[in-house]
Amino acid sequence: MLNIPSAEVLLQGILNGILMGCIYALIAAGLSLIFGLMEIVNFAHGEFLMIGMYTAFWMYALFALDPLLSVPVCGAALFVLGWLTHKGIIRRILGAPMLAQIFATFGLGIFLRALAQFLWTPDFRQVSDPWIQGPVRLLGVSVGLPQLVSSLASLLAFGFLYWFITRTETGAALEATAQDRQAAALMGIDTEKIFTLGWGIGSACVGVAGAFLAMFFYVFPYVGSLFALLAYVIVALGGFGSVPGSLVAGIIVGVIEVMGGLLIAPAFKYVAVFLLYLIVVLIRPQGLLGKF
Amino acid sequence: MPSAHPPSPGPTSPAPRRQLPGGAVLLGLLLLAALSFPYLFQLPYHRDVVIKLYLFAMLAQAWNILAGYCGQVSLGHAVFFGAGAYTSSIWQTAWGGSPWVGLAAGIVIAVALSLAIGYPCFRLRGHYFAIATIAVGEIVHTLAINWEFIGGARGLTLPIRKDSLADFQFATAKYPYYYIILGLLILCLLASWWIERARVGYYLRAIKEDSDAAQSLGVPITRYKLIAMAVSAGFVAAGGTFYAQYVLYIDPDSVLPLSLSILVCVLAVIGGVGTLWGPLVGSAILIPLSEFTRVKFGGTGSAVDLLIYGALLTSVAVFQPAGLVGLVQRLRRR
Repeated sequence: MLNIPSAEVLLQGILNGILMGCIYALIAAGLSLIFGLMEIVNFAHGEFLMIGMYTAFWMYALFALDPLLSVPVCGAALFVLGWLTHKGIIRRILGAPMLAQIFATFGLGIFLRALAQFLWTPDFRQVSDPWIQGPVRLLGVSVGLPQLVSSLASLLAFGFLYWFITRTETGAALEATAQDRQAAALMGIDTEKIFTLGWGIGSACVGVAGAFLAMFFYVFPYVGSLFALLAYVIVALGGFGSVPGSLVAGIIVGVIEVMGGLLIAPAFKYVAVFLLYLIVVLIRPQGLLGKF
Repeated sequence: MPSAHPPSPGPTSPAPRRQLPGGAVLLGLLLLAALSFPYLFQLPYHRDVVIKLYLFAMLAQAWNILAGYCGQVSLGHAVFFGAGAYTSSIWQTAWGGSPWVGLAAGIVIAVALSLAIGYPCFRLRGHYFAIATIAVGEIVHTLAINWEFIGGARGLTLPIRKDSLADFQFATAKYPYYYIILGLLILCLLASWWIERARVGYYLRAIKEDSDAAQSLGVPITRYKLIAMAVSAGFVAAGGTFYAQYVLYIDPDSVLPLSLSILVCVLAVIGGVGTLWGPLVGSAILIPLSEFTRVKFGGTGSAVDLLIYGALLTSVAVFQPAGLVGLVQRLRRR
């Protein structure tokens, strides 16, 4: 049943898995940050990513701006989207029953997906000639240059996020609010502002990831679903609310996805990933680096 | 009708039932209208829309038993729909059996599956459970696509037979389909109505409001979650068999997709989750709406129906968690 690939193919697979894993990790970090802050899962996270990818695509199609240059644009656009989502929806459902919390963002996701299909048709679109393209040799095997650049940039963004949370005063306020909302408010932290900021930053993460993904991935209204599912798996694996956990888990999921494809069959690679989710939440519900 | 969420006085007891005068009359008129519909509307298209409406109302109601009363949000109910559709179809294509036996077998298999999925997954709470059901749904979907015995991605075509009750096929007359699915819907509504009043209903609502408190008061929470899941899965599986007999072709993308699981929740939540009439109200509004936009804008290309679904879903969740039924109740109380 198992296909045993050659050492070179195996190395190439693992390397590719790690590279994709870094991008997955950045997507999941946004989700994890928001969950850690207010225990709300953004079920529209994949659609936020889709909007980020479309932003990069339209910047390219309309203004000939390379996805690499539109990274800040996408980040800013999604920051605003996250900000608005909190102000318009999340703020009102903080104390609501879980069902309302799930379906508020779920509905937003359906809406954004349908809106993209309505405005831009279900066609697959592609940035036809990005600056960064083609394969490159690394450790004796070839990997895609866009994937390499994207994962390095994702790591950089990840490092920046981590630095921001752990080393700045605003980051400390974020952490404090995540730990105890009331105590933070008593210390003079404007928790409402922090929540809005958390949604902004969490969404900006997928904006940045979306710009990089647009360099080598098709853009279409349903593109977010798959990445979102992977992001939920990663966040659960790394521990809901643990930002460093999502980096470790992202790389694990990236490698397992590739290994599942190589060893069993490409059709089953996501089965392997979802089985991993089930096993992890059932055996270690707090995830690998979860706190509680 | 119990309101879906607090602040209703005493969260574990159903809100005081206001026996509206003429409520029974209204119900009788509705039933009469439903029974006479095929005679008033002879066009197959109209019948088709209402058959779909009943089917989805039944599915949404079944989902509501688990999610609305017991508070366990499943986003993978397509698994049970697929189990029903595939079991009865394979029963006929591979072994030449009767679709009615296939229907029963489908229900048995779906219930068994629901227990197998529920037993481990009910240890998870809230969002974790919801995401786990997505994962299960996607695993089953992928396995079905790659399982040649059940037709793989090509799907299964059922042999076309003459109209007969024994073969569960009425391709020319259509109206028997109408009465069968109406019967199933009424059965599901009766089951929910009974659950609302019976001890099990109180247990389920207690689990939904606060499972720790329920457990400390001696409610065997896992057992009752499993009961809710099994009842829910059984009805959904019956709907799956009905769909297979109605369309006579099934494939993983029509009976097992995530979008089906989601549609079922959307209908129930917009109509009024945790209420007896919510899922029916939601389907009665949204299914014709979806048909209308399909006719108006052509195909599914422009996704106008989903645009409205999404906006409604978020609005309901934010402003009126008890759905349209809750909205009507609130307006009537004024």
